[in-house]
Amino acid sequence: MTTATAPAVDSEKTRRRATRPGRAAGTGVSRPGFVWAAPAAVFFGLFAIVPLLLVVVLSFTSWNGLGSPEFAGLDNWSKLLDDPVMLKSLWLSLLLTVLGVVVQTPISILLGVWAAGHQRNRAVLSAIYFVPLLLSITAVSVLWRAVLDPNFGVPSQARWLFGDGNLFGVQAGAIGVLVFVSTWQFTPLHTLIYQGAARAIPQVLYQAAQIDGAGRFRQFFHITLPQLRNSIVTSMVLMVVGGLTTFDTVLILTQGGPGTDTTNSAYYMYQKAFKSFEFGTASAIALLLVLVASFVSLVMVRLTGYDKMRSTMEGV
Amino acid sequence: MRRRPNHLAGFGSLIWLFVVGLPLYVMLVATFQSRADYAANGPLGLPERFTLDNYVNDLSDGFAQYFLNTVIVTVCVVGIVLLLVPPLAYAIVRSDGKATGRVFRLFLLGLAIPSQAVIVPMFYLINEAGLYDNLIGVILPTAAFAMPVCTLILSGVMRDITSELYEAMTVDGASSWRIFRQLVMPLSKSGLSTVIVFSALQAWNGFLFPLVLTQSSENKVITMGLYDFQTEHGVDMPGLLAAVVLSMLPILLVYLFARRALVQGLMGVGGK
Repeated sequence: MTTATAPAVDSEKTRRRATRPGRAAGTGVSRPGFVWAAPAAVFFGLFAIVPLLLVVVLSFTSWNGLGSPEFAGLDNWSKLLDDPVMLKSLWLSLLLTVLGVVVQTPISILLGVWAAGHQRNRAVLSAIYFVPLLLSITAVSVLWRAVLDPNFGVPSQARWLFGDGNLFGVQAGAIGVLVFVSTWQFTPLHTLIYQGAARAIPQVLYQAAQIDGAGRFRQFFHITLPQLRNSIVTSMVLMVVGGLTTFDTVLILTQGGPGTDTTNSAYYMYQKAFKSFEFGTASAIALLLVLVASFVSLVMVRLTGYDKMRSTMEGV
Repeated sequence: MRRRPNHLAGFGSLIWLFVVGLPLYVMLVATFQSRADYAANGPLGLPERFTLDNYVNDLSDGFAQYFLNTVIVTVCVVGIVLLLVPPLAYAIVRSDGKATGRVFRLFLLGLAIPSQAVIVPMFYLINEAGLYDNLIGVILPTAAFAMPVCTLILSGVMRDITSELYEAMTVDGASSWRIFRQLVMPLSKSGLSTVIVFSALQAWNGFLFPLVLTQSSENKVITMGLYDFQTEHGVDMPGLLAAVVLSMLPILLVYLFARRALVQGLMGVGGK
């Protein structure tokens, strides 16, 4: 996110453009030609852009994984519109995303602002807080599945807190687990974003506020929060895109259950493709997911005016 | 100006320490107990007899192989990224051609593509290429999806090299290749280490591509090993958790010794 500007083109146009890396004889500044970018462009095109285009094509075909895809027109799309599980999965994706943002944002703002300070033990605690982010989503999900296991996990020893202990048996419990595990893992990332931004707030503002007699809470709400505005948008866009495409945690922690009560769109797509071998339908879901995610992040960026204040953004 | 200590914040930070630490504690303690002891003591109990059997069993049950596979995937992904991204970033920063600008915008678009979205066509392409259930089939897309963030990081660092330095080299009659080798690469060291750490993490922790593109146990990476262990013998908690620890070990070691590069690499994830 640091330098999302167009490539710098020096104002002084060179007379001679080096088309090959080797030669740029004479006076002009040696500039690398397109050859330097070509290998990466070809590789990336082949393994990222082509699949993205192909997902559009496949969403209009019917393919069961064997043989070749056959054109099916709008079949997949009309089927999806009538599919109650699909609609429910979209709703669940949105719910998981909103809950993720609501839970993670306050925690990571508070931790980030705290970590920007100069307390004793701060460095040590920050280093420990950071550990969950290092681990793979797979490892974290497997770990929490074990820790929260109704028979062998912590709930079996803390009945006063967990009741009958089977968090995965009811929708609210399963959703709670998914939101909690994502929070546990990704809070450090957002904390780091806020920590950097909080460090960049000029101390003068706080000194002035203190002279005016503003207490700690007023300082937080009237100086810190407004100054963190850009970072809040950055962090929320990341949460939204990540939340809408949550997949690994669902697969490992709840398998979409109980029933289809935590089957979000990304998991439903995986099921359609690799469990019921309806690859065309799965492609349509994937495309829908990309469209929804891009739309939501665009709207967020526009609504907050974030695109106009990129220049004031602290290096995230 | 001295501020009085904020006890509320201090208390909150300790609560979060508990939330972060509890599962890690449960995990570590469980792995050093036999299954029977773990069942008797419960996850929160203190272990009585120390054993390394869980680790030994995991390693002989295939995790040594998965570990090796993951190392292969990681090394190859980092290799591909290091081969392709620095010249690209150099071209983006220094080229005045239109085509390079377009390539850069393509990579920016790539930032917004979640790997979940392309998994079906990827399955199709890798099958067509005859690379299904082959580590190469995992390496190629993993490398491609690590590239946009790496390109952003590296071109950001290269942009900080002042144009006076380039001009000085040109006066000496240096070619693009010599400028790249003697000026750009040495001055991009911090960016390069971030790129290495970021792409290595992506490869080491990758799950979705191995999940749908590999099948047999000789081509399993460690995240797949964990997932299959959980679905097949999920009741063997100490064994399962020992496998989780094994999968984390290399990253934790890097964290101990190269914290700065790692944190920056993870902030690269944030750019995604």
